Amino acid sequence: MLEQLDSIYAQALDELSDITTGDALSGWERRYLGKKGEVTQLLRSTGKLPKEERAAFGQRANVIKNELIGAFAGREEAIRQHELATQLEEGALDVTLPGRPVQTGGLHPATQTLREFYAVWAEMGFQVFRSRDVEDDETNFTLLNMPPHHPARDMWDTFYTTTPGVILRTHTSPGQIRAMHELGEDGTQPIRVILPGMCYRYEQISARSEVQFNQVEGLAVGRNIRLTDLKGTIAEFARRMYGEDKRVRFRGSYFPFTEPSMEVDVECILCGGEGCGVCKYTGWLEIAGCGMVHPIVLHNGGYDPTEWSGFAFGMGPERMTMLKHGIQDIRYFWGNDLRFLEQF
Amino acid sequence: MLVPISWLKDYVDITLSVEELAERLTLAGLEVTGIRYIGIPQGEPPEGINLPPSDHLVWDRNRLVLGAIREVRAHPDADRLVLALVDYGDDELEQCVTGAPNLFPFKDQGPLDPPLLAPFAHEGAEVLDGHANDGSRMILKERKLRGIPNRSMVCSEKELGISNEHEGIMLLDWDEFGDMPPGTPLQDVLGDAVLDIDMLPNIARCYNIVGVAREVAALTGAELRLPPLDVVAEGPPIEGQVRIEIREPELNPRFTFALLRDIEIKESPGWMQRRLKLTGMRPINNIVDATNYVMLELGEPLHAFDYDVLRERAGGNPPTIITRLPEPGEHLVTLDGQDHTLDDFNILVADQQGALAFGGVMGGLESEIWDPSMEVLDATGVEVDEDGDKLPHGKAAARRVSTTNVLLEAASWNIVSTRRTMQSHKMNTEAGIRFSRGVHPAMAPRGVKRCIELMRQISGGTVAQGIIDNYALPAETVEVDLPVSEVDRLLGFEIPRDEIVRMLRALEFTVEEDGDRLHVTVPDHRLDIGTGLTGRSDLVEEIARVYGYDRVPITVIADELPPQWGNVALEREEHLRDALARAGLREIVTYRLTTPEREALLTPQGQSSDWPDVPYVELANPISADKTVMRHTLLASMLDIAAANARHTDRQMLFEIGHVYLPVDGARLPDEPARLGLLLTGPRGVPDWQDAGDTAIMNFFDLKGVIDTALRDLRVNGTISYQPVEHSSFHPGRVAELRINGRAVGVLGQVHPLVCEVFDLGLDLDRPVLAAEFDLDTLLADVQTLREIAPVPTQPAVYQDIALIVDDSIPAAEVEAVIVAAGGDLLEAARLFDVYRGDPIPAGKKSLAYALTYRLPDRTLTDKEVAKAHAKIAKAAQTRLQADLRG
Ligand SMILES: [Zn+2]
Repeated sequence: MLEQLDSIYAQALDELSDITTGDALSGWERRYLGKKGEVTQLLRSTGKLPKEERAAFGQRANVIKNELIGAFAGREEAIRQHELATQLEEGALDVTLPGRPVQTGGLHPATQTLREFYAVWAEMGFQVFRSRDVEDDETNFTLLNMPPHHPARDMWDTFYTTTPGVILRTHTSPGQIRAMHELGEDGTQPIRVILPGMCYRYEQISARSEVQFNQVEGLAVGRNIRLTDLKGTIAEFARRMYGEDKRVRFRGSYFPFTEPSMEVDVECILCGGEGCGVCKYTGWLEIAGCGMVHPIVLHNGGYDPTEWSGFAFGMGPERMTMLKHGIQDIRYFWGNDLRFLEQF
Repeated sequence: MLVPISWLKDYVDITLSVEELAERLTLAGLEVTGIRYIGIPQGEPPEGINLPPSDHLVWDRNRLVLGAIREVRAHPDADRLVLALVDYGDDELEQCVTGAPNLFPFKDQGPLDPPLLAPFAHEGAEVLDGHANDGSRMILKERKLRGIPNRSMVCSEKELGISNEHEGIMLLDWDEFGDMPPGTPLQDVLGDAVLDIDMLPNIARCYNIVGVAREVAALTGAELRLPPLDVVAEGPPIEGQVRIEIREPELNPRFTFALLRDIEIKESPGWMQRRLKLTGMRPINNIVDATNYVMLELGEPLHAFDYDVLRERAGGNPPTIITRLPEPGEHLVTLDGQDHTLDDFNILVADQQGALAFGGVMGGLESEIWDPSMEVLDATGVEVDEDGDKLPHGKAAARRVSTTNVLLEAASWNIVSTRRTMQSHKMNTEAGIRFSRGVHPAMAPRGVKRCIELMRQISGGTVAQGIIDNYALPAETVEVDLPVSEVDRLLGFEIPRDEIVRMLRALEFTVEEDGDRLHVTVPDHRLDIGTGLTGRSDLVEEIARVYGYDRVPITVIADELPPQWGNVALEREEHLRDALARAGLREIVTYRLTTPEREALLTPQGQSSDWPDVPYVELANPISADKTVMRHTLLASMLDIAAANARHTDRQMLFEIGHVYLPVDGARLPDEPARLGLLLTGPRGVPDWQDAGDTAIMNFFDLKGVIDTALRDLRVNGTISYQPVEHSSFHPGRVAELRINGRAVGVLGQVHPLVCEVFDLGLDLDRPVLAAEFDLDTLLADVQTLREIAPVPTQPAVYQDIALIVDDSIPAAEVEAVIVAAGGDLLEAARLFDVYRGDPIPAGKKSLAYALTYRLPDRTLTDKEVAKAHAKIAKAAQTRLQADLRG
């Protein structure tokens, strides 16, 4: 029986070395190590041996069984490794095939730029105040220090409505008057707001001009608001919006509702001031008009101009977006071609 | 406004480079938008500034020089060419072959004394090609012209890049340049730079060369030299030769005349012509040019009358000039030949026989300066940017002989009435531009004196002594009390008082110092300084401007920060935008202007509209036929955008948040409620290479799903319901009204196929366009700002399905409500997963299958409890909905 045991052992090992699949391995396990397997059967028949041989046989049989179990485990692991390797190999993908598209939405570029403005100005304590599109002539012009037939009215090409004295606002500045009345509590409270909104201009639509466009006006009123504060505030805005190292230039200008009035240029964001087509080789981009609120406007807003002062500024978000992205045609904004919008 | 540096230097010394000067002026509010270089090289840009490179012709200092033509000889073999013998500063004369017609009169006249001065180009010089119109250049090389070798030339203005003049060579006046030796580099003779300054409305006083010179003086500290106003008047006094009657002093505060007799009308001298050309004006004759010149120099527009015509109209007597408003139905033919029916606000210059001119805007044809060989024009009548073709010739041409006696007007006109006249008669003249921005009445006598003397010098006449000066409404002297502390308060930093005084005086303000206060008197050439607080503010601007905004320090606001309130409406609106973008929608922003006709197309023909029945905010001056009113709805423009995109994009999910404009009875200004518009069309997904994608076409429930998702994202609190309604723009039976807590928010549905058709989206019922329009305030009114987050369940759930067969007419919402009510606390959720009609379900019935989730938060449910709850639901469905249980 011992010889039989050894020959089974040899045969089992021999067969095992040829096995390459899980199925064949299971068959081998059944055949040798299963309940009715050959080694198991032999072990069970130990009792039939003479008493003195039993111990040696049993010992040997157990060794062989354990060896076979060990060999089986080794083989099993090898086959598993092999099969996994085959599967992984067969599972290789052409990673250059296109990804599956996910349909997403998005915001209009005008909204995105407005939000940038809101965020930067909010950090500086300016909150959003919105006012109406259809305005009266009085608030759009007269209360802003432009009485009827004032030459400065020529600076705005105005849409008039069939209701006398009612126009489409040409700028967000009438919001200054409305904000002062709504927030100023009869000229007793300081104000710090930005006034975004759609404005309208009687102008032929072309690559460079639109009949409607967003503007963001800013207004600060207080007991001690100074020209130096205006410069500081605008410079801070430009740094946050366009980068720490950007230079800002202030030059004299004219708006009827501010005095002194200035235009603000920022170092060209495209060429860094070296000169390029976008900045017309000047190295500067005009980003805002601004000034100290005119005493008449303060007065019209309910403030005593000898005690209170303020500054105001105005910016064009669409223009800024165009500069930033090299957009050549302003008509893209309200044309809403998805092939344009989806790039934002 | 074009400002030649050479002209500016008549009144102020300039040590800055052209480029530095341009930068200083720009910072001070006189924005230099361009520099035109004449022959001289572009300079280095000032520190930290860039300049657009200029590609103008730079005159070679060695090869382009002043030449003196000593003699003009005939060409032996060509009638159309002559030989000019040019002294260019060397020992020998250079012979140039030229066809310049303006040398022919000098042909074979022997040596010329004085010689003719002309720009001379040596061999190798670069000049512009006189025969090309594209600005191309050429280098002079030796070649033979009809047998005579030629290697140099005398140049035309065009060849030098000065103007387009190429009729003859440029001849320079001996009087002006005779003391310059031949061979002087041309750069030093004619080199110049012209600043193009953008004149804002508040600096009308600078709309002239002296005005700019005054700014330069104030900015650089140099001295200002005003042009002389002395007149050599040797004729009999003007008194008694003309009278002035001003009937509307408000409109015409001042009127002055000077008289010049026995003039000879001819070309004006070269220097005057050159300056006029550099500033963009066309030389006409010495009289007209003098009026233009003085207008450019001092800013006072002038008007020259033919004195004899006025006398003739007055029956040979001294004329009386009347400034007045028109008679009813009165006409005036202006010098451009236009016949104007006058408005009752047009102030006129007239005599007793009738109107002569629009005061301050344009002269009439009748009394113009006349020279049969030249065209009729004067300063006030030169059309801006007008070319010569449109100038009048005609009935006046045969009228009379050349003007010999000139009556010169300088007056002052009201800003507003000048503007109105220019607008109503569509006249845009140099004079009108100036008067409509404001010219101080004190400028009138200055202008008339300066001009009459210039005319005398260049036309050889005799000036009548004195001027007639009717100053009907003297301007008030403006005085402003300016506390120096006020300057500090508004600027936020201190400018030394001496510096303030210096700058104001440099601008010709009179300043008296009195402790903290400065008593400032405004000079009588400017109208832009107000009184009181406005005046102070005006002066503070002058101070800051001249001091230099670049020198103003930077501070952080020290003033108290106003209370920071949250802008809830804006926050919710922005949240909604994000929610919709997350739901896959693309935001659009459309025109808020449309037409009633466009919006009427939203209602199929023959039906009555469900859109707001209110008038439109209508434009009085629409700029295009497709934008005449402010919109009532977003839907029309959204359909337009969808139609435009449909040409290239199959699948569209769009939204817009924007205002509509609804006039309110009794209110001048309309309501401007904000609206949310949604639009969906096309396949639900996009096909890709792995499978065909979910290419099913979006329908009503896709739209409703977007809305539900957005409402959930926004955390709208309360009862949300969709009620079937009818709406003229939507498919009947496929439109609902969204209600939040019982308030109507707006409609959603499938756009009526007939509407789709007229909006170019096709009539295909299988490709529906889904749309919604909601009132934004109502939609966002019940957004929950604070809310509790439910704990994550710890107990296991029990899942069971139920399928109910009910009448087709019972809305699903009702079935769900019954289930939820019957399920009580144990029922966590009921989700509809199938709607089925057809065999074996009887006709007129449908099966609704729900997946039910049972759970209690604090303990595990027993099978018995679940069975009981489930039975209760089935029972309720049977009794309340007459439902049968399926399966
Ligand atoms: Zn640039």
